[in-house]
Amino acid sequence: MGKSSDNFKPKILAFCCNWCSYAGADLAGVSRLQMPSDFQVIRVMCSARVSPEWVIKALANGVDGVIVLGCHIGDCHYISGNHRAKKRFALLKEMLGYMGINPARLCVDWVSASEGARFQQMVTEFVETVKELGPHHGPEG
Amino acid sequence: MGKARIGVFVCHCGNNIGGVVRVPEVVEYVRTLPDVVYAEDNMYSCSEEGLSSIKERIAEHDLDRVIVASCTPRTHEPLFKHACEEAGLNKYLFEFVNIREHCSWIHMHARDEATEKAKSLVRMGVAKARYLEPQEEFQSDVYPAALVIGGGVSGMTAALNLANQGFAVHLVEREAELGGLLQEVNKVFPTYEDASEFLAPLIAQVENHPRITTYLHSQVESVEGFIGHFQVRVTNGQQETEFEVGTVIVATGAQEFKPHGYYGYPMLPNVVTPLELEEMLKKGIELPQNVVMIHCVGARIIERPYCGRFCCTAALKNAVLIKEQNPQAKVYVLQRDVMAYGEHIERHYRQAMELGVRFIRYGLDRPPEVIGVRQARQVKVFHQLIGKELTLPADLVVLVTPLVPQPDSETLSKMLKVPRGGEGFFLEAHLKLRPIEFATDGVYVCGSARYPSNISESVSQAYAASAKAATPMRQGFVQVEAITAFSDERLCTGCGTCVLVCPFNAVELRAGEDGPRSWVNATQCKGCGSCVAACPNSAMQQRGFTDLQVLSMVEALVSS
Repeated sequence: MGKSSDNFKPKILAFCCNWCSYAGADLAGVSRLQMPSDFQVIRVMCSARVSPEWVIKALANGVDGVIVLGCHIGDCHYISGNHRAKKRFALLKEMLGYMGINPARLCVDWVSASEGARFQQMVTEFVETVKELGPHHGPEG
Repeated sequence: MGKARIGVFVCHCGNNIGGVVRVPEVVEYVRTLPDVVYAEDNMYSCSEEGLSSIKERIAEHDLDRVIVASCTPRTHEPLFKHACEEAGLNKYLFEFVNIREHCSWIHMHARDEATEKAKSLVRMGVAKARYLEPQEEFQSDVYPAALVIGGGVSGMTAALNLANQGFAVHLVEREAELGGLLQEVNKVFPTYEDASEFLAPLIAQVENHPRITTYLHSQVESVEGFIGHFQVRVTNGQQETEFEVGTVIVATGAQEFKPHGYYGYPMLPNVVTPLELEEMLKKGIELPQNVVMIHCVGARIIERPYCGRFCCTAALKNAVLIKEQNPQAKVYVLQRDVMAYGEHIERHYRQAMELGVRFIRYGLDRPPEVIGVRQARQVKVFHQLIGKELTLPADLVVLVTPLVPQPDSETLSKMLKVPRGGEGFFLEAHLKLRPIEFATDGVYVCGSARYPSNISESVSQAYAASAKAATPMRQGFVQVEAITAFSDERLCTGCGTCVLVCPFNAVELRAGEDGPRSWVNATQCKGCGSCVAACPNSAMQQRGFTDLQVLSMVEALVSS
């Protein structure tokens, strides 16, 4: 399938929760940790708010990759929100394959408010992964 | 809903954004977006000038949506929302776009990409803003009592400050006595008064105060609820007590790092930590002739990169004390920089030198060596500035170590749902703007629980934390942010998934015309959105984060 080309600028969405990952992203900014610019952050209050429907619609309409970042398990500001998110997205990842979408285009992980460097690392790696997968045009293997 | 009239204010933030993102270009671009009737750039949107401009433009151009593209909403969003309110615009018709922490600061060497990304982010913000709706906040009452966790200097000061203002305080202390670390200290810097002279009256005031209930030898078992109504359970091993409070102050302090394995500690009996030295001084033990203090033991190293802040001060205090008691004593301080911040401490540093305390600089690459089999007899150190190795006689070696987090800080952080920083100390909401609160409302922090603090810093922070805690308690209510969930009866099929999923029991099924329908108790709802994503019919939505709002942001990203 479409291999990485230097001109490919992926469109990547990062859903970050207000209490942990968004704050972690802010810290990365404050610490001036540089990263590729191919992602946009959308803030939600909790990773549990992220609807699987959003991920599917995004990937079906031109977004090349989606990363969902919540609080570490056990640290959710709303107690169990991230547990829900973990279960939902584990299920969604299974389904993506059936739908003809490479499951590697969805990444779900956990970043705390003090982990600016981890945010930088997650995002940089995911952008690389998506670049290698190539643009998302339609059904993939 | 008619067409929106959106106003966009793009901030330069001095050079922070403007130095990377071509702000005027972004403004030009924004003007081309549908429904944007006004756009301008500001040097500092959060300044008096910037805020006035926003208010004026709202009136001038009859704006019904306002977008500010600048820093993170986590710092100034309330400021801008307030400005909108002052101009007569419902504050929920305001949207913040982060083009600093999430753009200019992380793409500093890619001006073109950063500018394009800023345009994308603002386009997404505009897309969401079209679908924002005015909301009304309601007030939630605040129970006028506080929980203070930790009975050291910080905890006691905070407790007294609150109790003196008329609030009931529950003070929980893990040990059998109040006083914290200060109990182990001999004399305090710079007054050289006995720590007990300072501590005893404080403890007496706390114990005798009619509004303070002290729980000694006790731990906090659980804290549930939110600002205004925290349900707390405290246990002392035999008995459990439950009570309600409106606010919580974390004043759990820190512990001294015990340098096991460093320089013969703890096997060699005359190699001690600073608190062990304090104990010796308190007991009036005759001090030996040759004292060697090794600074930065277990601090400013890869595993623990931070500086202990006041350990140099305390060491200087004792160095001077030793020399004054016995001018013939030889005191050597082996250091990797002396942290003597401020006039008092700098003066003391000079005084120590004048009294004959020898300061020798060593490097991490060649640490000192303690020589001795049954006890330390000598210390070898490579003097960085002379470039020679010296052998110093040593009857007592003091390993100056930093404070480290308490062992139960992880448990407490999970219990209160407050974060800890990389080193394990509690992480405040914002280092500069909100130094003694957490992002979680109603919970505050002071003293060494946050980072190693000396007595005066701990006391100041305790005053600050108690002042912050007093505010909602004095006012009697807090405004609840209108980001709660709500259900559309027409779409709801009464499946009850939302009820099961809510972590706060805020959703219930009520009888509707056509069967059970979900209903959200807005006072209980905390706005996480779990139920919204769980609803199979999209009947459940979250104010400020509806599917329509977010999906329009997604669409805005892909359309260019």
